[in-house]
Amino acid sequence: MKRVYVNEEWCLGCHLCEFNCAYANSGLSDMVLALKGKPIYPRIHVEEGDKITYAVSCRHCEDPICVKSCIAGAITKEDGVVRIDSNKCVDCYTCILVCPYGALAPGESGAMQKCELCLENSCGAPACAAGCPNNAIVYEDRGPKSAAPDDEASPACF
Amino acid sequence: MEQYIIIGNGVATVGCIEGIRSVDKESPITVISGENHKVYGRPLISYYLEGRTDLEKMKYRPDDFYDKNGVTLLLGKKAVSVSPSEHSAGKTSEAGCAAIGGTPQGSTSATAGTVTLGDGTELPYTKLCVATGSSPFVPPFENLESVKEKYTFMTLDDSLALEKALFPEAKVLIVGAGLIGLKCAEGIIDRVASVTICDLADRVLSSILDTECAALMQRHLEKNGMNFLLGDSVSRFETNKAFMKSGKEVDFDVLVLAVGVRANIGLVKDAGGETDRGIVVDDDMSTSLPEIYAAGDCAQGPDLSIGARRVLAILPNAYMQGHTAGVNMAGGDASLKNAIPMNSIGFFGLHAMTAGSYEGELYEEKTEDSIKRLFTKDDVLKGYILIGRNERAGIYTSMIREKTPLSSVNFDILKKAATTVGFDAAARKKKFASRV
Repeated sequence: MKRVYVNEEWCLGCHLCEFNCAYANSGLSDMVLALKGKPIYPRIHVEEGDKITYAVSCRHCEDPICVKSCIAGAITKEDGVVRIDSNKCVDCYTCILVCPYGALAPGESGAMQKCELCLENSCGAPACAAGCPNNAIVYEDRGPKSAAPDDEASPACF
Repeated sequence: MEQYIIIGNGVATVGCIEGIRSVDKESPITVISGENHKVYGRPLISYYLEGRTDLEKMKYRPDDFYDKNGVTLLLGKKAVSVSPSEHSAGKTSEAGCAAIGGTPQGSTSATAGTVTLGDGTELPYTKLCVATGSSPFVPPFENLESVKEKYTFMTLDDSLALEKALFPEAKVLIVGAGLIGLKCAEGIIDRVASVTICDLADRVLSSILDTECAALMQRHLEKNGMNFLLGDSVSRFETNKAFMKSGKEVDFDVLVLAVGVRANIGLVKDAGGETDRGIVVDDDMSTSLPEIYAAGDCAQGPDLSIGARRVLAILPNAYMQGHTAGVNMAGGDASLKNAIPMNSIGFFGLHAMTAGSYEGELYEEKTEDSIKRLFTKDDVLKGYILIGRNERAGIYTSMIREKTPLSSVNFDILKKAATTVGFDAAARKKKFASRV
């Protein structure tokens, strides 16, 4: 199953992924109308440390603790994708309390939002990866958790 | 084939059903529900009164959840007793299990006992999960019976009944400034004239907040219209008036009793199982009785933060305990080792998050409307209180649950902000370049 993975060594910290994400999920067809002069609410965030940057979005965990913890039953996992039903969300922030990656945050309406791999919007595949100028964000299949590569046998990106 | 029975129909039961079905897709499951509703998000009953959700959105699972999972749902039925079969008087030993070598496919496991319903019906089970939750505890207040409009706040029916009693001119007295009492207060405050909350404790949310944090939250609640009588309790009622120990008198039209809850342990206790404040369970959620498991607010299970068994009456724990029980009931192998107390509770836009235990060295940041407290000891993060500023708090929560050695992270970065750049390169690679 394809997922979003990052290569922090190649990330320039340009934040383009945040703009592409907000645009992809805006429902608008004009990027300027969607983004210019407004606060944006992307579902991916660039983490910045001393000499390192990389983008963080929902990991779509094999055993997602947010799904087990949501008090409203608003977060579900189907076909490997963790989704949130913002209509059911009551902004209790329990998902923020439990997500080990800090991958959920309130959107413009106040309801929680998270990366849903752009499967629900017109992109059909993650806009962050498609628009990353340096392949620091990729959308690919790296196998199941049990077979996840450890330090040595990691995929080509590393 | 097994014959699974689950008593109770809350979130622990959903976890149990989904846990069973992750292993056993076939055997029938029967759920005995005292309430006349399919499963709903129980903590949403205050949001319902506030108008932030409705009966349709409150459904914790879609209507076809039970059918799709091969569950027979008995609504409005009360289980009155559990009778383990005499021949299964002790826990099956591991050697015994090995000797039997599992149940041949297609055959039926031996009945391990029966559950008796209020109407006398006896239902046999091979594996039972008790997920009976908890009930409001109502202290014996003098002359409480003189109060006509009195309510508890635990179930959807409680919420619907309270809603009928509310009117715009109503003065409401809530006894209990804990999570249930305060969420109730927030839910109704715009629908009534006034809400006064009293509590024997000298602060709000005394089970999760210390004095200073509670004071910050209390100021915010008062700004939003709540009135408090703390460090005070009702000595007696007289129809629509409460006489407080302090000598104060409070007139009210509607009384809500939210003093606390007690785990519903009776079925297992009466059957001879080990109980304490809750039904005592192992890491695999098995009780001391053979083939009987317990999960959710009725269970006294592992709490990593204190290294002992404790009732952790929080929704995530209910689901996880239920799921663990379900997997094991179906013959799988699951254990819950990293359960901790953790809460996220917001009022009028101000959120308080708490987790773990408040012991060890304190790191603190404060502003006028936020407090951050991290507690570290023995090279691990033990717990935290975050009010106001709590973005990405789950990064801290996972450090508590996983006992991440602080010597393996850059805690100088992490203590200032919950960010994954505080982890080392190998940990970051595992988190963001590998399947998790």
